[in-house]
Amino acid sequence: MSIWINESSKVLVQGITGSQGMFHATRMIEYGTDIVGGVTPGKGGQTVDLPGRSVLVYDTMSEAISETSAEASVIYVPARFAASAITEAADAFHEINGGGLVVCISEGIPTLDMVRTVAHIGQRPGVRLIGPNCPGIISPGDDGGCKIGIMPGYIHAKGRIGIISRSGTLTYEAVAQTMGVGEGQTTCIGIGGDPVSGTGFIDCLSAFEEDPETEAVVMIGEIGGTAEEDAAKWAKENFSKPLIGFVAGATAPPGKRMGHAGAIISGGKGTAEEKFTAFEAAGIHIARDPSKIGEVLLDVLVEAGLRES
Amino acid sequence: MNIHEYQAKALFRDAGVEVQEGVHCTNVEQALAAYDSLGSKTVAVKSQIHAGGRGKGNLYHPDSGKLAMEGGVKVATSREEVEEFASNILGHRLVTKQTGPSGKLVSNLYVEAGCAIAHEYYLALLIDREEDSVLVMASTEGGVDIEEVAESTPEAIYKAWVDPLVGLQDEQKGALADSLGLSGTAHASFVEMIGSLTSIFIDRDCSMIEINPLVRTEDGTMVALDAKISFDDSASFRHPWRADLRDPSEESDIEVRAREHGLSYVDLDGNIGCLVNGAGLAMATMDVIKLYGGEPANFLDIGGGADRESITTAFGIILEDPRLDGILVNIFGGIIRCDMVASSIIEASEEIELNIPLAVRFSGTNHSEGKQILDDCDLDIITASTLAEAGEAIVKVIGGTSQ
Repeated sequence: MSIWINESSKVLVQGITGSQGMFHATRMIEYGTDIVGGVTPGKGGQTVDLPGRSVLVYDTMSEAISETSAEASVIYVPARFAASAITEAADAFHEINGGGLVVCISEGIPTLDMVRTVAHIGQRPGVRLIGPNCPGIISPGDDGGCKIGIMPGYIHAKGRIGIISRSGTLTYEAVAQTMGVGEGQTTCIGIGGDPVSGTGFIDCLSAFEEDPETEAVVMIGEIGGTAEEDAAKWAKENFSKPLIGFVAGATAPPGKRMGHAGAIISGGKGTAEEKFTAFEAAGIHIARDPSKIGEVLLDVLVEAGLRES
Repeated sequence: MNIHEYQAKALFRDAGVEVQEGVHCTNVEQALAAYDSLGSKTVAVKSQIHAGGRGKGNLYHPDSGKLAMEGGVKVATSREEVEEFASNILGHRLVTKQTGPSGKLVSNLYVEAGCAIAHEYYLALLIDREEDSVLVMASTEGGVDIEEVAESTPEAIYKAWVDPLVGLQDEQKGALADSLGLSGTAHASFVEMIGSLTSIFIDRDCSMIEINPLVRTEDGTMVALDAKISFDDSASFRHPWRADLRDPSEESDIEVRAREHGLSYVDLDGNIGCLVNGAGLAMATMDVIKLYGGEPANFLDIGGGADRESITTAFGIILEDPRLDGILVNIFGGIIRCDMVASSIIEASEEIELNIPLAVRFSGTNHSEGKQILDDCDLDIITASTLAEAGEAIVKVIGGTSQ
């Protein structure tokens, strides 16, 4: 099993007629994602040719969901239009299906747009937002799987490890290291590098706790904010499976934004050291060296009696 | 993006937030003329830089490094004092606890009319990442370091959250004024001010507004005696007026150039240059260098859409750093193909002389093709397949102490 998505999830691509949307829709369908349509306002009625199938483009999310029974959407639209794309998807899923999954890849959405959008979604229970500014979510299957995002699909394989990360390529690094010690993944989620976003660490941990096939989780944080500390506190009380943690940015100077909008140590808060300390206090197995995430995972699995050394 | 106090106060004045009369100056003559025109015996002569702690900072001569004056914000009560303070500020380096040891060259000054202070408060609006909301923070402990207040007497800080769907409510404004112990005209003055500040924050896409101190004058008016505003860079597309407020001298030339090429660069103090795709992986790469006994010279994320041109630019930018003893390239190919990065490295080395060791680690899309290209070329490049190998190799080859 997996969390939130599976091999039969029906997915819409918002912004499918753009170059990013087209490029990634192709990669997604090649991986095995069931793309059932696309949405671009003003281009309804067109068809888009993807490997093995042609899909219809709709003007609105409401129309697309009604026609295709989609359960999830992925957003590849420019940052200035992304917040309204999220809102449109959330409203349509809420009204038609009572809920759904919205994955927003776009980077550079104004923070106040996200403040409003997250509050708006909060009033639409059942709608889950992943991102923005994230690689998306992937659940490898027996034959292909479901990939909703921009990650390279082929580095993944079906397995029993859950992965949660605020980063993109560093998530791939963690995936590669789990593969290096012979472990595959149930679901990998990039929650994104923005200060205000949808799904957080605790939502993911909570879902992994409930998922019988996930046996251990790797959590990759980074400097800025206190999401890692909050997740550590929550995990101490509520998470029963082995948890491995790394925090990027131990060498980052205070007051400087390290690429991601949310990766900044401000007012002395949000340092990697504080986060590692919180992880340790919560009994999370830490990898201080990002090149040793796989090794730490292996040790922890052996220690937990989940595999032979 | 940050702006100067004098610019923030102009925005305040436009929005009806009470500030003292003041004049922005760039030379001593202007400062003297400002003193004459303000008609206030007491004025504040304030260094304008994009960093906090100005009052407790020190000014140093830019060439000799000698101490010119203690305190970057001075109260003057005569023309002579204005002249003395302005001359010691302008053209000197102001070092505060936020500027780092080299400080910042001061080329802007603000001369502001004094006022009769009855009490100093603290007021700020900022993005609360944990609550996904805008947070208003007020305290009766103004004029001091708010982080110390938060540490020692957290009960002296009052908080209210702005509901993004309905805005800051009247009862919240009143409660904040009550929490500061305000009454009468000061209470009314505060309520009006917080409303205007919330509008500035929302309408102008701020990420922070901080007023420290906010003062109550003896006649019961609330005045913003200091003003600090940061804007959310992601919203700049809808605020073209921001371009006029930008002070290029406050931004690192190299960071600006990097941004123009879609690269994200931050200068650090070490001697090993880094070129990485992805912000998280770039930080992790810096961390690995440090763990293996080296010091990273920079953070550099070439982003998801990097091409030959941006990679060549990235190399150029890294190599401008004279302290550099080695370079580590770490690419996890996804959309970016490692073979493209490999040939870009070779092309870059034809344009820019590469006379220091280079270690390259490829993983992901076309990593073996990329490695092959580098192994086959004439350049002396160390290739590694894991992050650990790469970190260890570059530290060792430049003679660092590998652990």
